[in-house]
Amino acid sequence: MKRKVSLRVNGEEREGWAEDRMLLVHFLRDELNLTGTHIGCDTGHCGACTVLLDGKSVKSCMVLAVQAQGRKVETIEGLEREGKLHPLQEAFREHHGLQCGYCTPGMILSSLYLLRHNPSPSEEEIRRAISGNLCRCTGYVNIVKAVRAASERMATRVEAPSTEETG
Amino acid sequence: MYPRPFEYRAVTTVDEALRVLHEVEDGKVLAGGQSLLPLMKLRLASPGVLVDISGIPDLSYIRPQGENAVEIGSLTTHDTVAHSALLQERCPILPAAARGIADQQIRNRGTIGGSSCHADPASDLPPTLLALDAEFSIVGPKGSRTVPAKEFFVDLFETQVQRDEILHHIQVPTLGPQWGWSYTKFNRREGDYPIVGVAILVRLDSHGRRLEEVRIGLAAVNPTPCRARAAERFLQGQEISPAILKEAAHRSTEGLHPGSDMHGSSQYRRDMVQVFVRRGLEEAVTRARLAGGNP
Ligand SMILES: Cc1cc2nc3c(=O)[nH]c(=O)nc-3n(C[C@H](O)[C@H](O)[C@H](O)COP(=O)(O)OP(=O)(O)OC[C@H]3O[C@@H](n4cnc5c(N)ncnc54)[C@H](O)[C@@H]3O)c2cc1C
Ligand code: FES
Ligand code: FES
Repeated sequence: MKRKVSLRVNGEEREGWAEDRMLLVHFLRDELNLTGTHIGCDTGHCGACTVLLDGKSVKSCMVLAVQAQGRKVETIEGLEREGKLHPLQEAFREHHGLQCGYCTPGMILSSLYLLRHNPSPSEEEIRRAISGNLCRCTGYVNIVKAVRAASERMATRVEAPSTEETG
Repeated sequence: MYPRPFEYRAVTTVDEALRVLHEVEDGKVLAGGQSLLPLMKLRLASPGVLVDISGIPDLSYIRPQGENAVEIGSLTTHDTVAHSALLQERCPILPAAARGIADQQIRNRGTIGGSSCHADPASDLPPTLLALDAEFSIVGPKGSRTVPAKEFFVDLFETQVQRDEILHHIQVPTLGPQWGWSYTKFNRREGDYPIVGVAILVRLDSHGRRLEEVRIGLAAVNPTPCRARAAERFLQGQEISPAILKEAAHRSTEGLHPGSDMHGSSQYRRDMVQVFVRRGLEEAVTRARLAGGNP
């Protein structure tokens, strides 16, 4: 049996159909065509499928689509604003925080969760925060640099929103 | 990877959950899903009906029970336990153990009730709850009952909670200033399950010299989380010395039958238990002396 699932994805009301056993990651990719969220291990280890569910980072291969009914989901597709990359995306690009890019959407969502709760994390805190996201390419050093750089940029943005708007 | 087909039932009250569990033949409770969903995807579990209790609002709380205890609703997530100011003040070993579970995403969903009911002997909270002599309140068709930790964990992945029951909450004691604690998780990669986990509580006399009471909970060394009773008995009433702690560490593997796997052989686990019990006792004693003003 399929049920209709309505939810808010990246600020937009969306709906689709899901069998009870469908996982949220498949729903996002196959039903809503949001293929930015990746599937790596499918068993909860790699973090490639990380999204925010009601603001909390979760592995979307470990949540049922039907459990997202009426809730808010944020995925990598929702980060850019009016054609401008999010500071985290900018920082990953500038600091070579990615090579193949497979882990990147999950890595960025985990980092976003971190920065919302802890706007200026230490290196240790960044490393712990992304420990549920595996990267087979970079060796993590540049990812940590990118998150650090983004945190600095986002901090100045919060303090001076007007400059952001005009420039 | 999909689980086998099942029927999903979301419930919003405890009564509704119990009613559905009673009505259906092969119902299974879904809490955070961080153990159950992977098992279902691997087809190691295939319940016919999944009763999702995660939407029951009154099972997620941490509140004081008078001065001497704290009650934790079964749906409280690992992340909430890890950050609870009340637990940090009254029972800091529990947030310490919760902080080391898996990773942020799993701590955001996994619950203390799910971890307890899943009863994986290699998980972090069960040995800690055993050391705390926590009390488990279970509700079912015949009403509610409270089970002490030492009876709660029955066997591998088996607890006192029956198929038509749910774990409602867990009560842990407030640890006074004469108590010291330590939680040591030994693993190779951040976020892995413990190869060996050691939860220790010690209560010292007012001079900080003698051990009035010692409780040692162990993970990953038996089919169930367990206590190192021989070592606990040996230490009770003893004057603290390095030799005594070492001897206790030696006795802590009495009666243990750890399995062998790719993370370590049975003998290796026994050796590691001894190492981490000794270090954990030292850490707990140091904490108790600081807290009691006898550094
Ligand atoms: C990659 C990974 C790494 C992990 N690492 C660790 C680790 O390092 N340490 C650790 O301790 N754990 C670890 N876990 C397990 C994690 O802690 C789980 O969250 C926890 O074991 C289960 O909690 P849950 O709420 O997700 O339960 P669920 O998966 O929803 O349920 C687990 C079982 O308990 C039953 N159940 C749940 N709640 C109740 C209730 N209130 N009443 C009756 N029955 C109930 C369910 O029916 C099911 O049988 C890891 C998991 C993953 C996927
Ligand atoms: S695909 Fe979800 S954690 Fe790997
Ligand atoms: S960039 Fe390739 S997996 Fe991380």
